[in-house]
Amino acid sequence: MSLLLKGGRVIDPWNGVDAVQDVLVTDGKIAKVGAGLKAPDGAAVVDAAGKVVCPGFIDIHVHLREPGFEYKETIASGTRAAAAGGFTAVAAMANTFPVNDNRAVTDYILAKARVEGCVRVYPIGAVTRGLKGEELAEMGEQAEAGCVAFSDDGKCVMNAEVYRRAMEYALPFGVPIISHAEDCHLAHKGVMNEGLVSTELGLAGQPAAAEDVMVARDILLAELTGAHLHIAHISTAGAVRMVREARARGVRVTAEVTPHHLVMTDEAVRDYDPNTKMAPPLRGKRDVEACLEALGDGTIDCVATDHAPHALSDKEGEFAEAANGVVGLETAVPVLLDRLVRQGRLDLPVLVARFTSGPARLLNLPGGRLSLGSPADITVLDLERAWTVEPRHLLSRSKNTPFAGWSGTGAPVLALVGGRPALPSYPLTVPGGGA
Amino acid sequence: MTWKRKDLLSMQDLEAGEIRDVLDTAESMKEIATREIKKVPTLRGKTVVNLFYEASTRTRTSFEIAGKWLSADVINFSASGSSAEKGESLLDTAKNIEAMSPDVVVVRHKAAGAPAMLARNLRCAVVNAGDGAHEHPTQALLDLLTIREKKGHLEGLNVTIVGDVAHSRVARSDIHGMRKMGMTVTVAGPPTLIPAACQELGVKVSYRLEEAIAHADVIMMLRLQHERMTAGFIPSLREYSRVWGLSLDRLKHCRSDVLIMHPGPVNRGVELSPEVADGPYSVILDQVTNGVAVRMAVLYLLAGSKGA
Repeated sequence: MSLLLKGGRVIDPWNGVDAVQDVLVTDGKIAKVGAGLKAPDGAAVVDAAGKVVCPGFIDIHVHLREPGFEYKETIASGTRAAAAGGFTAVAAMANTFPVNDNRAVTDYILAKARVEGCVRVYPIGAVTRGLKGEELAEMGEQAEAGCVAFSDDGKCVMNAEVYRRAMEYALPFGVPIISHAEDCHLAHKGVMNEGLVSTELGLAGQPAAAEDVMVARDILLAELTGAHLHIAHISTAGAVRMVREARARGVRVTAEVTPHHLVMTDEAVRDYDPNTKMAPPLRGKRDVEACLEALGDGTIDCVATDHAPHALSDKEGEFAEAANGVVGLETAVPVLLDRLVRQGRLDLPVLVARFTSGPARLLNLPGGRLSLGSPADITVLDLERAWTVEPRHLLSRSKNTPFAGWSGTGAPVLALVGGRPALPSYPLTVPGGGA
Repeated sequence: MTWKRKDLLSMQDLEAGEIRDVLDTAESMKEIATREIKKVPTLRGKTVVNLFYEASTRTRTSFEIAGKWLSADVINFSASGSSAEKGESLLDTAKNIEAMSPDVVVVRHKAAGAPAMLARNLRCAVVNAGDGAHEHPTQALLDLLTIREKKGHLEGLNVTIVGDVAHSRVARSDIHGMRKMGMTVTVAGPPTLIPAACQELGVKVSYRLEEAIAHADVIMMLRLQHERMTAGFIPSLREYSRVWGLSLDRLKHCRSDVLIMHPGPVNRGVELSPEVADGPYSVILDQVTNGVAVRMAVLYLLAGSKGA
């Protein structure tokens, strides 16, 4: 079975390709990339002229909520949302119920994903049992079962000694420790960024320093242990500066940033809309600019959505009481194509790299490239496609998006996983259903 | 009269002209309190619901009297604890109350933004009677009315607000209202109780009480909640009182016509010594009296001026 994507602008940062070319897929793998390729007999041909053909986009920070919180999201609904948003692979955080801190849960997630998932799912294991920040989880067995990283995301491991041991213990498995950097004492009861807006709204703020002190600590621990430290959802100018300095010094530290921290500030909280509440909180203009600059210069390796579905009952009502987090899988690519690329603030190939080669390298994943023989995970973008975010149309089981009502131009129109469309209906269709 | 708003949610929303309208209306309402029969038919047939999620005697009573003197039917709905603890969401409660067709819902809630959320979802008028550390607009309006009565004008006056500004909705509403009326505002208190980016609100910040009150026409002393000590904002009430309390001795350095105000309830011996609270400069009880007039004005403007 073969599939030829014809005449698209191929952007494959891993291989340094940015040219109008054809991509031939055979038996679910990349068979050839080049100009003027002939379609083999019986091959499906997709006219990609005027479109952008990229390696499949990868989101390394997603909460699929299964097992335990199926009323918010399931592996089925979460991967459908991912596929609709142009992603072909996601990494699933460990704060499920039960917590993914042992092999049985990892196996369950992978088995469910094989049967019900429509994109690739890579589990992330917990650093500590029950996310309690006390005893190490069984990382060895979980890595063997398929966990690609370890994180207590949602909570910060406050005990530096425990975190040091976790970093050391993870060394043989060659996977990163992902830090949710938030000093819970300094953040205290803060429900948004501390600054003029929090003062005017009368909401308790948490200072940027609550993130910065923990990023500083974790960089020092990475330096001490030689571990690969990955900073989740970086959001402050101070944290960005420290990561940049640490990398220059040779410390193995990587970082991700969310779409909302790239295009929104704490000004968005003024209506007390709980869909603008997340951890870390929306920051100031200077922080947003620092994150964007770092995304451009490679200090930040990838964009990750921190897709955090919550049911209406967790999110409506009083801002201070509402759950933290927003959905992001279906809005990330359109929002950034419009607000960053179309507005000239970031080059398209750089954004593609931060969705493909960046995350793939970081987690040692097989995708993120259009190399011969690699899995035919492919994302196709239409830079002229207009969109408006309507929460009720999202495929995610939860609708807690901060982008409701936003509109723009540029969106994914097809995602192939192993050469087949991840969803049955895409704006760009594949005759015969794929290779 | 230019009043067009459906709700009264914050002083930050209001324009100077609107504030003046409320104060002028309140002034005319004061006469009713002096009558033998304290009742006018203005809001007859209107229903005012006091929806109080936080304990409050003064504000709730003040709204209740205001409504009754205007002949409205006033219903008090007290809900203790957060909506989450009650098991019914704030929005559900409000929808249930709306189903009984009130004209005004007066809401106090510990969550900043709760009245704004209700206002977006209810057809009737919503009055913010204090939401978390956000705003308490009728308190600011009664403060302005009291100052205008005593001083004859507002513009150009120096006001110093002393104490726990960080957790005070009164301070926020006063700051917005006073700045809009052309007053100069200084805030003073221990740095742990001054909120982030406070200067950006357009006030001066001082960490020395004597300096902050030396040229003040009005000193607004804020209540110091005992919880602030256990939460580590200050070491002890004793020390707070010594450094930030207003005593007769400290008043010696102030203007001879200074007004001492307090939103109540006063912690005697903490932020105010009894001699100051009960002394000749104090207008604390005038504030309470004016509270009724201001709330009558607000209820009238929201429910009565559109014609029955």
